[in-house]
Amino acid sequence: MPMLIRFEGGQARAAADPYQALDDADPLPVAGDVVVSLARLLTEGAALAARSGRLGVRLGPAEDVLALKPFAGRLDLIALELPKFRDGRAYSQARLARERLGFTGELRAVGEALVEQALILVRCGFDAVTPADGSAPEAWAAATRRYRHVYQRAADARDPASAERLRAPKVGQGA
Amino acid sequence: MYRQDDIDAAFLADRTAEFRGQVMRRLAGELTEEQFKPLRLINGLYLQLHAYMLRIAIPYGTLNPTQLRTLARIARDYDRGYGHFTTRTNLQLHWIRLADAPDILDELAQVGLHAIQTSGNVVRNITADPYAGASADEIDDSRVWAEAIRQWSTLHPEFSYLPRKFKIAVTASPADRAATRIYDIGLRLYRDAEGELAFEVGVGGGLGRTPHLGATIRQRLPVRHLMSYLQAILRVYNLHGRRDNLHKARIKILVAQLGIEAFAREVDAEWEASDKAADLPLDELARIRAGFLPQGLTPLPAVSRRLEAAKADSRALARFARRNLAPHKVPGHAIVHISLKAIGATPGDCSAEQMETVASLAERYSQSEVRVAYDQNLILPHVRLDDVPEVFAGLEAAGLATPNIGLVSDIIACPGLDYCALANARAIPIAQEIARRFSDPVEAEAVGELKIKISGCINACGHHHVGHIGILGVDKKGEEFYQLTLGGSGGAPGEGEAAIGQILGPALPFARVAPAVGDLVAAYLAARQDGESFIDTVRRAGLAPFKAAVYADAHPL
Ligand code: SF4
Repeated sequence: MPMLIRFEGGQARAAADPYQALDDADPLPVAGDVVVSLARLLTEGAALAARSGRLGVRLGPAEDVLALKPFAGRLDLIALELPKFRDGRAYSQARLARERLGFTGELRAVGEALVEQALILVRCGFDAVTPADGSAPEAWAAATRRYRHVYQRAADARDPASAERLRAPKVGQGA
Repeated sequence: MYRQDDIDAAFLADRTAEFRGQVMRRLAGELTEEQFKPLRLINGLYLQLHAYMLRIAIPYGTLNPTQLRTLARIARDYDRGYGHFTTRTNLQLHWIRLADAPDILDELAQVGLHAIQTSGNVVRNITADPYAGASADEIDDSRVWAEAIRQWSTLHPEFSYLPRKFKIAVTASPADRAATRIYDIGLRLYRDAEGELAFEVGVGGGLGRTPHLGATIRQRLPVRHLMSYLQAILRVYNLHGRRDNLHKARIKILVAQLGIEAFAREVDAEWEASDKAADLPLDELARIRAGFLPQGLTPLPAVSRRLEAAKADSRALARFARRNLAPHKVPGHAIVHISLKAIGATPGDCSAEQMETVASLAERYSQSEVRVAYDQNLILPHVRLDDVPEVFAGLEAAGLATPNIGLVSDIIACPGLDYCALANARAIPIAQEIARRFSDPVEAEAVGELKIKISGCINACGHHHVGHIGILGVDKKGEEFYQLTLGGSGGAPGEGEAAIGQILGPALPFARVAPAVGDLVAAYLAARQDGESFIDTVRRAGLAPFKAAVYADAHPL
């Protein structure tokens, strides 16, 4: 089973993954936490929502995050797939989940997630990842802290350079 | 010009530290070339035919003398003593050692320069009007907006893995000197009926395999919403642009597939739903703008007696003044073009000594500003007419006073097969051949404005599609052939609406290209009416007389 890393308050920790991934044909277990496909969520939403365990959904890069709108309050986990290192669709999906749907549960990157993407994953709103390169939580935490400043608002809480400049008008008159 | 602050400096330091770590891991064998490739590319480092190439960003083409001297020193210390300016106003060093790259980036960072996002599927270096801040027709300084976009797009987390590279150009004048119609996004600033600044937003321009001119998706975008609107365009592209085929991944293909109206609806829907937090605070815009405020040039008599007297004494100076000067918004000043197209030279190449000469001249005579223009030439944007004789003398001594701006020998050429791993054919030697053929300045001036653009392959880095004469290197059974196009235009003043050139006929072998250009020029001179320019003649007379001239004695190819 791939390692799960969770980000919290600038730290990254290895964590146990409580979820069971269900294929569309698998019967619904009576109890426990499950992850289903978008298709299954859309067709069996009521039954899934009525269960007591936690509910997660896994989306491919071509699937529409906004289709989760009716379930956003009930979902505990959205897992977004990075099919390739170079495929950046999950970053937009993640921001839409956080900023458009107001999703506050676990947003997990699965697939080709490499430590070099740590900062952009976190900035787009991901708070969990199953790394494809076996890299350790410490490496992920370090990678998210590499930059003291960022230039744009995203789904994380970081202030962009423009806001820092407003707060401290003296900073930056040099050079 | 924009002065980097402590935040910008810290950001660059963090960036180079990160890359140094990655290079060390590569050199130690901890990263494979495959893993390292995307990391080096996003830092501007390419692996070419003979060596690593470093592509250094010159944001919106503006440099100060300190930066230019640093580039000169780097070219001397780490390369072969020269660099190559590209059509995207970047500087390429073609003979770099991987182990030196972090030190080079550190030296660049000391003067606020970098190679960030000069490669990869990201927003690339932003293009602005090379005359920004100096021309009378501008509504605003386009660099203010280009700098704002540069910062916003730097390491943008959501847009770091787009389907393909993404290029943005800004013009703030009715005369489009930034060729905005051939960019993924072309922004044209104007003042609306209420006197407010607004952007006309064009999307989907681009050259390459399937050339397109950008179409307008929003006629009037209030400037305060620029960033949120760019975010909406890029988000729609990031989610829906094709990723299955490298050649169909640019935004122009998505726009063509959806149709411009449907694409605009998608963008508008996304934009209206977004919370506009991406937009730039007005204070930040004001801070950026402060860096570009006019330098306090004093108006002088519109005619300089000193310059007129010197011109009367020197035919060379008079020719230089006719060809290489453009009007400045402050009377008594001029925008001075420096040609990097000396006859027989490699278009865009500049030696370390030449860079230092230009840096000194800029310091003394041009408010410490240098521009790199899209046509692979340099510009001193703020020169007093009284000082033009000294500037000319300084340039001439450095081999930089070729009086051919906009003429047949002022050729744009990509590096081609001499450097580039993707090339089908050489581009530089073709440019050199043509320039030699028109080396007589009197003849070149008689021919008048004629823009020749050469690309070594269909990627079109030499912008051949928008050349009045475009030349494209193709491969025919392992041999270099060249396809000629006619009637292209980047949409700059004097060349009419932007247009994609039309193919003239069968491709020609290397040896026939320069003679064919000679034939085209002869056909133009025979057909021209009332002193019209080459491009106007092509537009009026069509391809027929030109086809006849090149293929009349069509020997089998
Ligand atoms: S046009 Fe082709 S040959 Fe020329 S630089 Fe671009 S990729 Fe290389």
